[in-house]
Amino acid sequence: MYVAVKGGERAIQNAHAWLAEERRGDTNVAELSLAQIREQLSLAVNRVMAEGSLYDPDLAALAIKQGRGDLIEAIFLVRAYRTTLPRFGSSRPVETSEMACDRRISATFKDAPGGQVLGPTFDYTHRLLDFKLAAEGDVPEAPAAEPRMEATPHITTFLQGEDIIEREAFSDEVPGDLTREPIAFPAGRAVRLQALTRGDEGFILGMAYSTQRGYARNHAFVGELRIGTVPVEMEIPELGFCIEIGEVELTECETVNQFKGSKTVPPQFTRGYGLVFGQSERKSIAMALVDRALRWEELGEDNLGAPAQDEEFVLSHSDNIQATGFLEHIKLPHYVDFQSELELVRKLRREAAELAETLASREAAE
Amino acid sequence: MSDYNFAYLDEQTKRMIRRAILKGLAVPGYQVPFASREMPMPYGWGTGGVQVSAATLTPDDTLKVIDQGADDTTNAVSIRKFFEKTAGIATTERTARASVIQTRHRIPEAELTEDQILVYQVPIPEPLRFLEPRETETRKMHALEEYGLMHVKLYEDISQHGAIATAYAYPVKVEGRYVMDPSPIPKFDNPKMEMAAIQLFGAGREQRIYALPPYTQVVSLDFEDHPFEASKADHPCDLCGAEDSYLDEVILDDAGGRMFVCSDTDYCRSRREAGHSGRLGGEAA
Repeated sequence: MYVAVKGGERAIQNAHAWLAEERRGDTNVAELSLAQIREQLSLAVNRVMAEGSLYDPDLAALAIKQGRGDLIEAIFLVRAYRTTLPRFGSSRPVETSEMACDRRISATFKDAPGGQVLGPTFDYTHRLLDFKLAAEGDVPEAPAAEPRMEATPHITTFLQGEDIIEREAFSDEVPGDLTREPIAFPAGRAVRLQALTRGDEGFILGMAYSTQRGYARNHAFVGELRIGTVPVEMEIPELGFCIEIGEVELTECETVNQFKGSKTVPPQFTRGYGLVFGQSERKSIAMALVDRALRWEELGEDNLGAPAQDEEFVLSHSDNIQATGFLEHIKLPHYVDFQSELELVRKLRREAAELAETLASREAAE
Repeated sequence: MSDYNFAYLDEQTKRMIRRAILKGLAVPGYQVPFASREMPMPYGWGTGGVQVSAATLTPDDTLKVIDQGADDTTNAVSIRKFFEKTAGIATTERTARASVIQTRHRIPEAELTEDQILVYQVPIPEPLRFLEPRETETRKMHALEEYGLMHVKLYEDISQHGAIATAYAYPVKVEGRYVMDPSPIPKFDNPKMEMAAIQLFGAGREQRIYALPPYTQVVSLDFEDHPFEASKADHPCDLCGAEDSYLDEVILDDAGGRMFVCSDTDYCRSRREAGHSGRLGGEAA
């Protein structure tokens, strides 16, 4: 009987074996290849790369396969792998104004240099289940055009000419890295943005949504949303110049927000910023809204006590690996703690009963 | 296993953790922030303790891992295997033979010695957290030694329940300075914290390490008229007959039959090996 409370190595081994079997599913069905996941579940791959903070579509695909499609599990696998990797150095900042855009839209101007490019978007699809997909079949080739070779300037640069939007302060400061330094508050915008870009998509979405519904509303226009690839360059000290080490796909969102002005600043537009690995539109827009909400102090706005304005609250709860770990750990054994609570509640009940008895007998005597 | 560095973490990371440990030992009870890494087990599974152990272990060490006092609970087995695999060190279930003991929720019953290190897994390192959720505020409160809120909480417990309604993770004051969370050990274990061994506390998710050097004064918070009391189930162990050990209550049947057994499995086994026996000692062991 006492054996029942023993965990045992065998139980763990057997659980792992069963898990592997369940992951594979019915062996009469062909096994998924990493290439299939990478090519056909690319938005899941993108999310795992973004929140795993590691740009590697093949590893992300492997993690998704190993995690049985549980994306948080996959993100965890990637994070645990990432943390063991040596750091050779850091890249130069990527230049998103020179992005080769697959998609680029602005909600603030009907047209602008670089044009409105819808790209591969769900936006205007009708969400009707396409039963044709249930059967395998070839996809007709999409019409193609000559790609634009020139750079696509950011929409906000047009507003900047008029000085009607805030200028981002230039800084050569090395941004903090929350994976190498424990986070301390106030964290500063760079670390905040790092936390947001690797934060849980659902959490960031909920926070952003709350600002739209009036919890620290900062009415946001999507000044621009662009998706495409940018080269990543690294300066090699021995060479004395930069070389391109690869390219990454990014989604960048810049919002244009109202700002009434303050004592020192005339009315002008302000910005929120979102930048995420891969095609991660929802995440980058949400990130920009939350970034803007968190900037209240810097812009001299009122603290409305809204959750999305609270840096410590947002940053302490945005990481899904931390959150899921702590949440799920309550299924681990707690019987020592529970036993002590049991003793305490029994003791308190005994004392309460004794007290009630004394009062009752005293009343009866009177 | 050659794919990973000794005890999994790279040497730079271990150095960073050792610095935090040394700072913690220099300022007993103070929570030192450290750049906690993602480990291959989830946050909440003891990543803080595992990182502290990894930074503490040497190839000559013998490791013991317990969870709820037991060596054979699933997570204790899992962590012990992790270090067997990544550090190739010797492991033991015998408290006396271990040089490093990683624990969750208990302090072993056997007295520890100066040659041992006890590593605790800590979920929430901040004793004031449930009184004040903001880290920015609680850090200030520690800096100013402003612990009034804690005393008010304990007082309110007494006025409402007639007793301090904290049974585990019972707050302590270290060397008359820092109020510290002893991790979720039952308050029965609190008095043992004044010990010969080094005690290290690791909170991975919360990125904090704190420490108690040997023989540090550790006082459980209380009031003169409501002194601290280290309580346990009022039974002897049904297997080994011990009257001085912390007990788990095990439900035996549908009729509510129970037995009480030592939560420290090594202590219980050692006693039985020495010939002690409890009420059910013969049949269940």
